[in-house]
Amino acid sequence: MVKIYNLYIFNNAGTLLHYAEWNRTKQSGITREHEAKLMYGMLFSIKSTNKYALHFYETPTGTKFVLNTDSTAGKMTEFLKNLNSQIFVEYAVKNPMVDLSQPIKNDLFSAKLDAFIKGSSLYVS
Amino acid sequence: MSRQTSRLDAKKVNSELFTLTYGALVTQLIKDVDNVDDVNKQLERMGYNIGVRLIEDFLARSGSGKCYDFRDTSEKIQLATRMYLGVSPTISNWSPSGDEFSLVMDSNPITDFVELPDSHMGLKYSNMLLGVIRGSCEMVQLEVSCWFAQDQLKGDNTTEIRVKLLRKLEDSVPAGED
Repeated sequence: MVKIYNLYIFNNAGTLLHYAEWNRTKQSGITREHEAKLMYGMLFSIKSTNKYALHFYETPTGTKFVLNTDSTAGKMTEFLKNLNSQIFVEYAVKNPMVDLSQPIKNDLFSAKLDAFIKGSSLYVS
Repeated sequence: MSRQTSRLDAKKVNSELFTLTYGALVTQLIKDVDNVDDVNKQLERMGYNIGVRLIEDFLARSGSGKCYDFRDTSEKIQLATRMYLGVSPTISNWSPSGDEFSLVMDSNPITDFVELPDSHMGLKYSNMLLGVIRGSCEMVQLEVSCWFAQDQLKGDNTTEIRVKLLRKLEDSVPAGED
């Protein structure tokens, strides 16, 4: 039994043809139009793959990690947990110079994140 | 054998460094800020800023999820006190409605070596700890109020922090662009 939240139908130009919702518990606070644009934008950038997996991990403080991979990936929870504790907490949270209310502009963080992803046994370029 | 000893010593040195650093911070604040009330406020604010980040490290290291109820929260605060201050406080004096409890510490590592002079009896030396609790709880959607019910620096037998749940905060929705 699957709970269906909502559905977007886009045409090839990215115009929202139809939107319907059945079980949407949270509103996003932005206009329907804006939300559709964002949704389309995200889909457009991973359009080249036919199938993909979207992994989501949220900490109790509301920090959210969204990782898109190909469909061969299994459960990525452990991976995202480690990403949080070894990279995000170590190099972003613990650095007082990093403003956590803005996009992170920190070379060390970017470098460590890159090394983490590439160094993981799950990574294939 | 000797490597193990130096590791233990390293831990002990860190604790003293922490205590002395905190003491230097308070001393400098008192020099910079005339008013003892303002010093108390600054300490609490600094604690708040620490708390909002410390919670992420605590959650990552303890693997904790969301709390079931406030008793669960109190146990996590107890665990965090052990993790970060190296002391094991006890939880006691629950209010009948279960929204208020005491964190009782027999020793407070940041007040090792400290004696409060008569001229500064209004100083809440460990106020930073209250801010840490407030800041970290706020990041997990709990608005709490903390205060000292007992303070060993002021002659009491123990240091007792009272924590009261004011309300649960709603998840804020990101602001839309106009």
